[in-house]
Amino acid sequence: MMRSNSVIEIWVGIFMLAGIASLAMLAVQVSGSGFSSGETYRIEAKFENVGGLASNAPVMIGGVRVGRVGGIRIDPEEYVPVVSMDIEKRYDQLPDDTGASILTAGLLGAQFVGLSPGSSDIYLEEGDELEFTQSAVQLETLIGQFLYSQDNQ
Amino acid sequence: MDSIARLGRYGIDFTFRLGESVLFLVSAIRGAAASLSRWGLIIEQIYAVGVLTMLITIVSGLFVGMVIGLQGYYQLVNFSAESSLGLVVALSLVRELGPVLSALLFAGRAGSALTAEIGLMKATEQLAAMEMMAVDPVSRIIGPRFVAGIISMPLLAALFSAVGVLGGYLVGHGQFGIDQGVYWTSMQTGVDLVEDILNGVIKSVVFGVIVVWIALYEGYASAPTSEGISRATTRTVVWSSLSVLGSDYMLTGLMYGG
Repeated sequence: MMRSNSVIEIWVGIFMLAGIASLAMLAVQVSGSGFSSGETYRIEAKFENVGGLASNAPVMIGGVRVGRVGGIRIDPEEYVPVVSMDIEKRYDQLPDDTGASILTAGLLGAQFVGLSPGSSDIYLEEGDELEFTQSAVQLETLIGQFLYSQDNQ
Repeated sequence: MDSIARLGRYGIDFTFRLGESVLFLVSAIRGAAASLSRWGLIIEQIYAVGVLTMLITIVSGLFVGMVIGLQGYYQLVNFSAESSLGLVVALSLVRELGPVLSALLFAGRAGSALTAEIGLMKATEQLAAMEMMAVDPVSRIIGPRFVAGIISMPLLAALFSAVGVLGGYLVGHGQFGIDQGVYWTSMQTGVDLVEDILNGVIKSVVFGVIVVWIALYEGYASAPTSEGISRATTRTVVWSSLSVLGSDYMLTGLMYGG
């Protein structure tokens, strides 16, 4: 009635492998969690406004992903947001005058941090803070400025 | 007067079955614990409920993913937001469609078979014969099927979601030419491992328990006639589908409401 045991066991093995592989694929490829499984170092940057930036957003240089946003908090003295970024260890030769800006992918896309490397000979290390930052562009502010300049004409 | 009595009988009957099914669940869990040492029986049942449901799950997952890809693209392109297609496909699959649809397929494909099998065992007095031989049918028959269902369900749901994401990729990249990096990156930034994927797995485990519980109980409590088996099989599919959809609403409220 039932097929021989070894055939059943092989099929069950295939089934479980396929299921576990799908779980692994969902975890790594879909949620992107396995991405920064390598070692990272953390740098920080103060922005005036982070807009809609969220934890886990990508950190990119020229469109290439080099790390992810580890967390966002408020500096208790200056009341400005501090974004910590986990950069992969293999990109450990970023000059210390690298600038950071918060950009948007497309008109309605997710926000990410774009780094623009400077020309200094000294490299960034764990815990360093970026000096040159540019905040998120807020559509409301832009529209407000536009209307204001129209009034003045 | 007669119709009131019928309503009352229905109510008593319903409550009786509800209580009996909970008692059955308790003994099934005990049987499942007892059957853990008999791995061979469980493997046989994983073959019956899991492997044989794999093909329908993969095919449905592929088509569901492709349809979400199509529909999502047609809507997103109106807002030039087609770069979010990957996110739409992945979130809808991982959070809802993967666990729910694979549980519905599981109820139709494996749950009905479980009910019919156990109902027939009961009708042909195989269960009674086991008791005569001092073999506990709960730990020999019910337990392994219970464990196998709970193991298979999350694996099937994960398979469904993974194949569906690939189906969405086929449509998005192959048909509409969305860049593959954009498709996967939008997904990776928006999908969270704990909040989305782990919650989806928890959902599918709960659905697995619900479906095998109903299927096994209906088989075990069916009237030992051919008509009784056919009605039990129908009830399995109807009640487990309804329970899956209802509990999905509550689980979603609990998981994402806070």
